Amino acid sequence: MLGYVVRRLLGAIPTLFLVVTASFFLMRVAPGGPFDRERALEAKVLENLNRVFHLDKPLWEQYLRYLGNLARGDLGPSFIYRDFSVQELLASGLPISMQLGGLALLVALVFGCVLGCIAALRQNSWVDYGVVAVATFGITVPNFVVAPLLSLVFGVWLAMLPAGGWGGGSPANLVLPVITLALPQIAIVARLIRGSMIEALRSDHVRTARAYGLPARMIVIVHALRAACLPVVSYLGPAAAALLTGSVVVETIFGLPGIGRYFVQGALNRDYTLVMGTVIIIAVFVVVFNLIVDLLYALLDPRVRYD
Amino acid sequence: MTDLATNVSQPPAAGAAGRSLWATALMRLRRNKAAMASLVILLVYIFAGIFGPMLAPHDYARVYPDFVKVPASLEPYPRMDAVLPAAESTARRARLEARNIELDGNTLRLEATSRREIDPRVTRYFDRSDLFSNTHIVERSADGRSVLLESQVERYRFIFGTDANGRDLFARILISIRISLMIGALATGVALVIGVAYGATAGFLGGRIDNMMMRVVDILYALPFTFFAILLVVFFGRNVVLMFIAVGAVEWLDMARIVRGQTISLRRREFVQAAEALGVSAGGILRRHIIPNTLGPVIIYMTLLIPKVILLESFLSFLGLGVQEPLTSLGVLISEGARNMRAAPYMLLYPSLALTLLLFALNFLGDGLRDALDPKDR
Repeated sequence: MLGYVVRRLLGAIPTLFLVVTASFFLMRVAPGGPFDRERALEAKVLENLNRVFHLDKPLWEQYLRYLGNLARGDLGPSFIYRDFSVQELLASGLPISMQLGGLALLVALVFGCVLGCIAALRQNSWVDYGVVAVATFGITVPNFVVAPLLSLVFGVWLAMLPAGGWGGGSPANLVLPVITLALPQIAIVARLIRGSMIEALRSDHVRTARAYGLPARMIVIVHALRAACLPVVSYLGPAAAALLTGSVVVETIFGLPGIGRYFVQGALNRDYTLVMGTVIIIAVFVVVFNLIVDLLYALLDPRVRYD
Repeated sequence: MTDLATNVSQPPAAGAAGRSLWATALMRLRRNKAAMASLVILLVYIFAGIFGPMLAPHDYARVYPDFVKVPASLEPYPRMDAVLPAAESTARRARLEARNIELDGNTLRLEATSRREIDPRVTRYFDRSDLFSNTHIVERSADGRSVLLESQVERYRFIFGTDANGRDLFARILISIRISLMIGALATGVALVIGVAYGATAGFLGGRIDNMMMRVVDILYALPFTFFAILLVVFFGRNVVLMFIAVGAVEWLDMARIVRGQTISLRRREFVQAAEALGVSAGGILRRHIIPNTLGPVIIYMTLLIPKVILLESFLSFLGLGVQEPLTSLGVLISEGARNMRAAPYMLLYPSLALTLLLFALNFLGDGLRDALDPKDR
């Protein structure tokens, strides 16, 4: 098991290397530079800036220098957020994004599983149709509609919750962003669980459990749900990586200092180091969560083994 | 149900024995109420997108500086009680002293004096405002220091209100529906052409070429999507047509996979082998036999791709990367509404509603089509 984990993590290094290389050169090929302004900087100033940030060197030298710094764990200084290094920016933003994403993930799992199970147990009843309709709604309505509407209704009209801001991470400030992040996930989880639960309830091992005379609650929670979780687990791997690394829309609308914004702002302003830092963070999360998914699979499904 | 039966009994293309796949699918679709309702909504949207901007009472780019952020209402603007103060302030701007203003229906009469001789061109001050038109001097005193002006009060209806620049929101929603539908159709078309051609080729040729082609697809899958979209925008600039193509060029991956899978299973069928034995060229077999037979799943995927593309365009527009002013799209309108939601909540509500309804209709129709075309539960 431990050997498998180590092998997988070592195997991720070439993948990460490819991602870093591809995004490094894609960023550099894009027209424009980090110091382009509406009014062009003075030639001498620009030259000095380029020299300080090593932008005057040939591309391959910049690339090697970046790889060297990366190997030492240095992500470099940010180009647009002056006086901040990329590490500092990510270190301040990532915990916030992870807190929001983690809570949203938890909410999505709990509500999605409960709703999906209820719908599957009462298949083709009005409860079932209700859940499916709500799930369609959750998938259809985009988060950039949900976020401002929630902020408008609960923040401005009812004045129950703050319409935005981080507020030092107080629970009241977390409610609306977490709901926005969780809604589509709840919908997808509920649909997945409903589908696989209906199948699991018809499967042989559940029939056997019934024949043993186990209580219905036990059958559903222990035997059926375990099998029904598999598609959700494989869906939630990439979804969790995306959630934990922040959402541009939610962070922009609620004014939260997470790392989701850095990606878009960095790409638009050609903040090369910041974009690279964010891409690396996202890639690491994807790799780690894919590994977690595979390990969970082995835990949930005894037929899967890693040796 | 009776018209259903008659329709089915005389299908033009199908032979005497049984119904064709398409006739069955159509019949199933007609029985699906949600899908039919979605179809009607979609037709309304298409109609609104094509003809709406022509029929709308206001031009989507016309700015009414006097009606900035007026709330949505069925009453015409200006409100009756707002006309007199407006006339007074306009007169002040024209260096006139308004003495006697009266409003008779839609006609405004204004007596004004000035310390100096009044230039007859003062009427232009009134015409320049959105409120008044056709201003003319009725009477002019002998010394030219007092006049009686008559002006027509213009009345406008903004049923969805106006935006922060004083443009009619209803007209802007109509034009953005046109843009969204165009993007949906064009980008999906691009994705369709690339995906079908790529997937069919890979599946048909098989072997090492297939492996290599699918490896490319896998690599493209791995790139973070937002990053890709932003880079495309950076490369192509903020051009609407190029945006369509860029979005389509990103979205063809799934299509390629689906078509490839279909092609691999079709390739082993007798009719393809017969065509090969008869010496039909590879391209001919692809065009004549393989691609037409993959249409079912492709159509299903396409209907689900359209809302995805519209959503994607709205997302990019929301970030300020999409359509540029004065053109607009639902994503732009929603992001403007989100910025102004405290002062003008209707600016957020109507575009959100328009987008949600459109996405709903497309999704339900896609689900309905899938159910109708899925041969598994026939």
